[in-house]
Amino acid sequence: MGVYADYAATTPLDKDIIENVMVHSDEFGNPSSIHKLGKRAKAHLESSRRAVADLLNASPQEIIFTSGATEANNMAIRGIVSKYDRPHIITTEIEHASVLNTYKSLEAHAEVSYIKTDENGVMNMDHFRQELREDTRLISVMFINNETGVMQPVYEIGQMLHDHAALFHVDAVQAFGHIGVDVKNLGIDLLSLSGHKIYGPKGVGVLYRKTGVMMTPLITGGSQEKDARGGTENSMFIYAISQAMQKAHDGRTERTIREMQMKEKFLNDLTQAEIPFKVNGDVNQSATHIINLYFPWAKSEFLLTALDMADIYISAGSACHAGTVEPSHVLASMYGEDERVMKSLRFSFSHLTETEEIERITEALKEIYERLV
Amino acid sequence: MDNSKTTVVVGMSGGVDSSVTAKLLKDQGYNTIGIFMKNWDDTDEFGMCTATEDYEDVRLVAEEIGIPYYSVNFEKEYYDRVFRYFLDEYEKGRTPNPDVMCNKEIKFNAFLDHAMLLGADYVATGHYARVEHGSDGVRMLRGIDDNKDQTYFLNQLSQRQLARVMFPLGHLNKSEVRELAQSYDLATKDKKDSTGICFIGERDFKEFLSGYLPANPGRMIDMDTGEDKGQHDGLMYYTIGQRQGLGIGGDSGPYFVAGKNLETNELYVVSGADNPALDASSLTASELNLINDMPETFECTAKFRYRQKDVPVTVNRLSDGRVNVDFHESSRAITPGQAVVLYDGDVCLGGATIDTVYMNQKELEYLG
Repeated sequence: MGVYADYAATTPLDKDIIENVMVHSDEFGNPSSIHKLGKRAKAHLESSRRAVADLLNASPQEIIFTSGATEANNMAIRGIVSKYDRPHIITTEIEHASVLNTYKSLEAHAEVSYIKTDENGVMNMDHFRQELREDTRLISVMFINNETGVMQPVYEIGQMLHDHAALFHVDAVQAFGHIGVDVKNLGIDLLSLSGHKIYGPKGVGVLYRKTGVMMTPLITGGSQEKDARGGTENSMFIYAISQAMQKAHDGRTERTIREMQMKEKFLNDLTQAEIPFKVNGDVNQSATHIINLYFPWAKSEFLLTALDMADIYISAGSACHAGTVEPSHVLASMYGEDERVMKSLRFSFSHLTETEEIERITEALKEIYERLV
Repeated sequence: MDNSKTTVVVGMSGGVDSSVTAKLLKDQGYNTIGIFMKNWDDTDEFGMCTATEDYEDVRLVAEEIGIPYYSVNFEKEYYDRVFRYFLDEYEKGRTPNPDVMCNKEIKFNAFLDHAMLLGADYVATGHYARVEHGSDGVRMLRGIDDNKDQTYFLNQLSQRQLARVMFPLGHLNKSEVRELAQSYDLATKDKKDSTGICFIGERDFKEFLSGYLPANPGRMIDMDTGEDKGQHDGLMYYTIGQRQGLGIGGDSGPYFVAGKNLETNELYVVSGADNPALDASSLTASELNLINDMPETFECTAKFRYRQKDVPVTVNRLSDGRVNVDFHESSRAITPGQAVVLYDGDVCLGGATIDTVYMNQKELEYLG
């Protein structure tokens, strides 16, 4: 059996959730239909929406279901940018591709400032303050970086924006289930979530949109999701994501403690095994489930292959179509053009991770290290 | 024999040869792993790496035959060790052979090291050549398919490299390889063989080169008459013996490239396929690589270009890895920068890079 330590890429499906979904699968009506079957489906859909809203401290009408976080991010960004004439936007250099490449594609329609990152992996707040203008319309900052696990100053920015007109968009894909996500407390206007990062299915996500925020719809069609997104609702998976969120919320303390223990054990084991490494970013500001390590003695690409041959599944940077590893834009933002960028790996754990699995990763790394030196 | 404890990393290009190579090794029970080399950066203007059809074929074939597959990026190594050499040679008016350099520096050096560090016992490729392991080391033999034999491009490999190499196709004819690909129903069975220099691909060679080196047009001079035959596009675009693309009209043709003068930027041409200006009787070469121990002086056969028929020669080793090669009969259109590769029957003895060419001790004006 292989060791999976790539939970930030995706998580296994919680079978209980899928069983629950199957139990409700006879409820096949179209929520837009006005007959009884449709109305029952609608009621079921709306109860999922209420559950999701409650978990975020939002109202049900503020929840839009999407095909995933990539769509949610696109919907928020494109939906807002198209409301203005070349608005000023702020985002960071370390966002997920679904945010970064969306802005890149909109550069003719928006003026985008990209905030730099310091060596801790945290966006530079001085730079942010410099870039923030009175006419800034939208600010996109991720909650937890998917490569380093480092938390971004979302609360601080939310506070700063109290008396500012700019909308605050937060990609919380890696945050939900690991830290508290209360949209009101954090002062967030738009927030995206994904189902498959929290043991739900792929193909479903959430966009929270604060009441009063106007967006042009990305997908036009019927009047579903209060005209925000056309297309018959994916009711089964919407139910699944609501269940996944509920479980992630209810089990958060237990799960994160386990994740933290695994992460600490991993770092201790590596040290004890005398495998040279450094942590990328500030370990004290990072989420419980992700750790990014710099191994000065080998390239990420080599390590990924060698570890895969030992049936250990992790990741680094982003994969090119030709299967090679592209340098991580996140580490490049933190360290510049340094060999560190090409010699780092991301490990991400879960409450499902077992002690023995952590030990196998260390053993494999030790063996590879000894082969090289 | 139980091969399952022997790990073989196959360099898979997405072509039919390396696909069949991987399949043969897998069927022989080796612990077979496919690795695709990305040696050239074809990143588009948006900074995204473009979809690589070749990698897609590697993926399909690896799935079909049931082996793990990976990629490795050697763009930097390739640029530094092959492409720079390629440009330097053109700048000197010579005609480089990037395939020889790629085998020496990338496939059987960087890639070989990568595979060994991953725990491989051998590296295999789809080259048409044979390796024979004996008590006194390794010998490299021509592939049995005369028309496909690729030892010319492998002449710079050392004992150390060859000791770790397998060429499973060396015993096969190309037509048999194609038939095997068909019978295994591999995804690449109908794929055309790649032609030309890998990083240029289907693009126009002149246009490609002009993107890296300044083209400096000059005069074409008839070596026999001293006549000006018009303008050339830049010395780097021409190779000794070349006939096509000179654009010289008239009845006196056909014209051939016979030499280059880098100082005056003149291209020397001669008319008539039998023109003696293209004849040579000896050459000197550098970077001599001998795969097996050889005496200071020996007789053997040699090729001066790929797919040429061998000619008998006498080899005299000089100092600094230089070598003098005397032809028993005169030979035509020898090109500085290309490889001279030596054979004893089917055994490839090694080779060197051609520097200067002589006719009866007189240096030819190939490069001035």
